[in-house]
Parts: sequence; structure tokens; C-alpha cells
Amino acid sequence: MTLLKDAPARPAPAGDRPRAGRRPRAKGAGGQFHAGRLAYALIALVTVVSLFPLVWTAVAASRDNTRLAESPPPFWFGSNLPRNLDIAWHDANLGLALLNTAFVAGSIALGTVLFGTIAGFAFARLRFRFRTALLMLTIGTMMVPPQLSVVPLFMAIAELEWTNQLQAVILPTFVSAFGVFFMRQYLTQALPGELVEAARVDGAHSLRIVWHVVFPVARPAMAVLGMLTFVMAWNDFFWPIIALTQQNPTVQVALTGLGRGYIPDQSVIMAGALLGTLPLLLVLAVFGKQIVGGIMQGAVKG
Amino acid sequence: MTTTGTPAAPPRPGGGAAPPEERPTAQERRRARRSRRYQRDVRWSPYAFVAPFFLFFGAFGLFPLLYTGWASLHRVSLTAPTEMEWAGLHNFTRLLEDEFFWNALRNTFTIGVLSTVPQLLMALGLAHVLNYRLRGSTFFRVVMLAPYATSVAAATLVFVMLYGRDYGMINWALGFVGIDAVDWQNGTWTSQFAVSTIVIWRWTGYNTLIYLAAMQAVPRDLYESAALDGASRWQQFLHVTVPSLRPTILFTVVVSTIGATQLFGEVLLFSSGGGAAGGINHQYQTLGLYLYEQGWVNLHLGRASAIAWMMFLILLLIALVNLLVARRLRKSQ
Repeated sequence: MTLLKDAPARPAPAGDRPRAGRRPRAKGAGGQFHAGRLAYALIALVTVVSLFPLVWTAVAASRDNTRLAESPPPFWFGSNLPRNLDIAWHDANLGLALLNTAFVAGSIALGTVLFGTIAGFAFARLRFRFRTALLMLTIGTMMVPPQLSVVPLFMAIAELEWTNQLQAVILPTFVSAFGVFFMRQYLTQALPGELVEAARVDGAHSLRIVWHVVFPVARPAMAVLGMLTFVMAWNDFFWPIIALTQQNPTVQVALTGLGRGYIPDQSVIMAGALLGTLPLLLVLAVFGKQIVGGIMQGAVKG
Repeated sequence: MTTTGTPAAPPRPGGGAAPPEERPTAQERRRARRSRRYQRDVRWSPYAFVAPFFLFFGAFGLFPLLYTGWASLHRVSLTAPTEMEWAGLHNFTRLLEDEFFWNALRNTFTIGVLSTVPQLLMALGLAHVLNYRLRGSTFFRVVMLAPYATSVAAATLVFVMLYGRDYGMINWALGFVGIDAVDWQNGTWTSQFAVSTIVIWRWTGYNTLIYLAAMQAVPRDLYESAALDGASRWQQFLHVTVPSLRPTILFTVVVSTIGATQLFGEVLLFSSGGGAAGGINHQYQTLGLYLYEQGWVNLHLGRASAIAWMMFLILLLIALVNLLVARRLRKSQ
């Protein structure tokens, strides 16, 4: 993760301050003061608090159940990690769960990005009737909680006999209002209307414009939306535990099973939590800078 | 889409919307055809582009939303979810008489306040600190997102262990300052506090980034003129930063409130054994959990729908209050 510090310069996220040139300390404020010791101390504390539960998950996962039932709790790694990972992998179905979740989150990210981009493009740069009304409808429903659709969705998958099948968790979140809104905001600012007009004058029809003009311009935002969606879909909880069971789980469903004590070994539970979290932490370590940029960009415009 | 017209289609002179010319040459005919195709394209392609989204959205978002309202007026059992028996407002009246509903509403509110208020205040302060010139600021930002990338399930499972009564690290640490082992799970306030810390841990970093982004968009000269007027850093924060952030703060309050209203995973997994009751005395059962218990433990899908609609009404109420507050603030400015 430390590598990120000196990663090659990319298009700066909104409002990134120029680094060069020390300014005199007494002049100016907000974003210009150099951080004092107190600030660094505070940030160090936050770093510890943010990472400690994750590190301790690994510590607990490397111990055994008896050691975890002693006081004081363990602070350093033991030697039991391979055994616990093995049990979690096989007994809690985590191998299958990881595969399932990768497939589910990947599909949802793909669908959200693809349909979000073309719909966002239409909302940003094309004229059609009901454009404003449809956009309002989209934004308005962004705030509706998933609980509101759970019962009918459950009835539907019972009728279709989709219980325990992955499409039951993919399709309901395959597109998202947030995705459409996010891409619309980005394209409104990043895609000049003249560019679309010019392509039209050259005789390109809309699909070609989407492929050759919109997608290249939208690529950075598509990547960010894809990552954010992937993280959200990976961690989705409420609907998957209703639609799936331990026979064909996603990671969160499998972890719920662990937590409910199907395997009453605390160190194995922690090994499961570790396995289920590690892929996303890896994504964060590799693409952290972009994800941070995406959240901050969305914030300024949202 | 509509644009994949056949280039080799037989020419139809004077047909459709072609310009009425007497003897169109081949070139002119081609141009007319192209212009027709162009117009069809411009006219219909926007609909084609938004159609996939609205198709899914209608089927899996809008329709279920309305159907939940319909289902809430029926007696529906989980064992036969397609057989619905008309019940009128029975589910709702029952709900209002149910002490567990009010209990869940109360818990949702207290946990919501306990988790949202400190979270946003801390995020605001942290964003302020991160807005200084820092070494390794990207690194810190990424680190702060690690809890956000941790799933509810994984985070809760770890915190349950950390909060363990006999062997948990938190009680062990409290022992040093002379506090006896706290039974985090079984007390009302202790359990709600513990659940809130999970929420705070996961979401503070995310909100910090949002505030930070907004702070970086505040024009520099505002600070400079404040500094010239002799405002201290704290005064600048209070009188320049916070007012400039007002829309962002409102946004995060709305989003966090919505999140708090739906709180589910943390409380489901907080009890060892993962019961939907929310503790032996239902002391941390939220509305989300209560819905799940009614629908998927007690098998009353109709009642679950009624709870869902009550949650929706509460959210609408909150949105309305927010709107009024926002308008009030704007006026007073």
C-alpha cells in the first residue's frame, strides 16, 4: 500500500492541491498550513484504529479456540493459520462462496457500468421527451431502501424457483440509479456537446458515437464506478441472506453461517472473515488512489 | 437498434418523409435516405439507451416497491408466498399495537443517533486535519477506506470478539483503568453503544473523504481574508469551513440517516448465534431486523411488508424535515 505514495502522477482527483512550493507558514490557511505534530499524531491514531480490527482478525485466525478463550487476548500471530483457513475453506463452503461472490459482484459491476454509461450519456447529451421527468424518477428512487422491495422479490424468486441461484442476487441490482446519476454527472462535464455533434456530422450513428466517442471519454469514470459497485456488491448483505442459503452462498452468506455457530470455533470464524475480506483489501491496495478519487469526485458533484 | 437499416434496401422514390423532388438522382436519393435514417436515429436512440436501465429498474425496483404496498394489505405466509388473503389494514393496526414494533423503532432511533452524530462530527474534524499539507496523504486516505471495504459481516464478527465479556480485548483494556468487565451484549445501552461503534468504524473514513473533497473546493481567498481579519484557525474552521460545507453536511446527514434506518447486518450478527430477536430482551432489535424476524422467522410476509412501508413513511418524514431545515437555513443565510 505504501507504493501508492509514489505512484506515477495521474489526472489529479478534483481539487488536489499542488505539492510544489512551500508557502510561508503564517500566511493563508485552510489547505495551506502544514500539518503540525498534533495532526500527525491524530492521523496515526486513526490509522491504528482503522487497521487494528483487521490485523487482529488475522491474529485471531492464526490461533486456536482455546487460546481465544483466555485472558489477556493474543496480540501476536500463532501458527494455526493454515489449519483454520483450510477448515473455513472446506467446511464453511468459502471456496465456493468466493467464486460465487466474484461472479456476482463482477456481473453487477459490468451491468451497472455499461447500462449506467449509455443511460447517463442519454441524460447528459441527448434530447428526448420526458428526459427531466425520467431523471427525477431515477434520482428520487436512489434513496428508497432495499427493504421495500424484499417481499415481492422473494415471492418472485419463489415463483420462478430461483432460490439459491445466483441470478436471484445478480438481477435485482444489475443496474443502479446511482450508476446512471454518477455517469450523467461525469459526462455532463467531461463530454462536450460539440464532440457528439461533430461525430454526427461525420455520419456516425448513435451506437458508433457511444462506442467511439462516449466510452473513451467516460473510461476513467467507468473504472471508478465499476470499482465502487464491485465493493458494494461484494459486501451486499440483506438480500443475499434472504435469497441464498449455505448450499450456494456468497461470502457474506457464508460468514453469517459461521457467525451463527455452524462451526463454533472462534479462530475458524476469524479465518473466514479474513478470507472474505482479503480480496477487497487487495482491490483497495491496488486501486486505492482511484477509489479515493472517485468517492471525492462524486462528493463534489453530488 | 433503429439505425441498423439496410443500406441495400430498394429505393422508394417519394415515399415517407423524403423531400418532394421531381426526379431525384441516385445521389440525392441516398442523401434523403441517410437523412431519414439520421432523424430516426436522433429521435429514437435516446430511448434505446435508457431502456435497459428502466427495464431492470422497473422490474426489480419500481414494481416491487408498489407491490410491497399491496402485499402489506394481505395475509401472506412465507411457506406459500403466492397465496394472498385480503386483510385490509389489519397488518398495520397490529403493528401499531405491537410493543416490539415500538421497541424496534426506539432502538433504531437511539442507535441511529449514537452512530450518526459522533461519526459525522469526527469525520468533519478529521477532514479538517487531512486538509493540511500532509506527507503521505494518499496513503492515509486509502487506509481510512479499509473499514469501508470490510463487509458488515466480517467487521461485526471481529467486533463481537473484541467486545467479548470474558476474553474480549476491550474489557481487558478497560481493566487497566479499573473498570469491571462490561457485559456488552446484554445491557441495553452497552449493546447499542457497541453496535454503534461498528457503524462508526466502517463509515467515518468514507464521510471524511466526502468532507475533505468539499473542503478543497472552498475558495482560498475566503480563508485569506478571514486570516487578515485576525481569525484564528478554529474561528476559520467555524466561520468559513462549516458554512461552506453546509450542503455537503446536509447530504451526509440524509445518507447516514437512511443508512441508520436500515441498520440490519450489524445487529443480526451481534448476538452470538445470530438471532433475529436482537438480544435476549430485544435490546438492540432495529426495524430492519424486526422486519426480517416477522417475515423470515415468523413467516408473516404481509406483516413484513407493512413494516417496510412504515420504514418508508419514516424516511419520507425525515426527508421532509430535512427539506424544511435546509430551507430554513437558506433563508437565515
